[in-house]
Amino acid sequence: MSLISEVADLRSRLAAGSPFALAEPSPATAGDYVALMKPRVMSLVVFTALTGLAVAPGHLHAAVGFTALLCIAVGAGAAGALNMWYDADIDAMMTRTARRPVPMGRIQPGEALAFGLTLAVFAVVVLGLLVDALAAALLAFTIFFYVVIYTVGLKRSTPQNIVIGGVAGAFPPMIGWTAVTGSLSLEPVLLFLIIFMWTPPHFWALALYRTEDYARAGIPMLPVVAGDRSTRRHIMLYTLILVPLGVAPWLAGFAGVLYGGIALVTGAIMLTLAWQVLNERHPAERASRNLFAFSILYLFLLFATLLVERGWGGLITRLTERV
Amino acid sequence: MNWPAKDEGIVLTEAQKRARRSRSIAIALSLAALVVLFYVITLVKGPIVLVRPL
Repeated sequence: MSLISEVADLRSRLAAGSPFALAEPSPATAGDYVALMKPRVMSLVVFTALTGLAVAPGHLHAAVGFTALLCIAVGAGAAGALNMWYDADIDAMMTRTARRPVPMGRIQPGEALAFGLTLAVFAVVVLGLLVDALAAALLAFTIFFYVVIYTVGLKRSTPQNIVIGGVAGAFPPMIGWTAVTGSLSLEPVLLFLIIFMWTPPHFWALALYRTEDYARAGIPMLPVVAGDRSTRRHIMLYTLILVPLGVAPWLAGFAGVLYGGIALVTGAIMLTLAWQVLNERHPAERASRNLFAFSILYLFLLFATLLVERGWGGLITRLTERV
Repeated sequence: MNWPAKDEGIVLTEAQKRARRSRSIAIALSLAALVVLFYVITLVKGPIVLVRPL
């Protein structure tokens, strides 16, 4: 076939709307690709990883520490992109997610998949080569867990989706710690457990006032499957486990008095809000919204206090040291 | 030879051109940042940067 006839054939297929037609030029801007990486989730991941990195004993050059955080951030972005690729169908049905780049048609699913896979490989390889092999392995596992175990396996099949899936969100401080020490110990495991137990009440509080959204998309979140009352009881139960865990770094001697005080006060507020959620009657949702909003502040305050109290001095020292 | 006219191919709209330009700039900046990052890390770690215990 000559070049001219190939071009003519291609045009006729394009005009006929053939599945083999040429793709339309992409309307996606760089900002769409940033949105694909879930920048708000990335910022929380970077913050908790920074805390793990800063409180860990040992020395790390500023450039190496920056590289570790960059790789963790990019790895989180990759997981977000792969999540949006797989979930584009249900994202389109939910008010909260309908304006994401893939359901909006600004980025094609294949582009999101390629982008996510490229970033994931880049983040893991660079972290392994330039920082630490164990940290890279943990990052690879985190991406795998979030995309394959949570997004593909759990999210659409069980109301325990965000309980088990919370593992992925809890890993960043352990990765930060490992980037410095090359090993794991009790302290990063405690940080892991705090985020792990924080995830269910945080997301169930959101799900309580977004139940219809989740039901429309067919996602078996706890309020959809088990109902409003059961979810409120679960929130209370998990908050009862979370609050002592929040204080545990102080009790274990890993954090100081300032942290202990803040963990106790904010923990008491979490319990109060969870109690209000428990006693709130459907369809009232103010208590759920309050708990959802405060839970973000709670986690931020715990990690920020740890960062200031234990990590800040050490971090500054580390940033000015040479390997 | 009867080549297709140049203006008969896919013609980008202004919005598509702007989007492509923003993507190109982002890729260029990312690559430049990577070059700087690898250069700095090589300076910081020295020759051991490529020594990886198995």
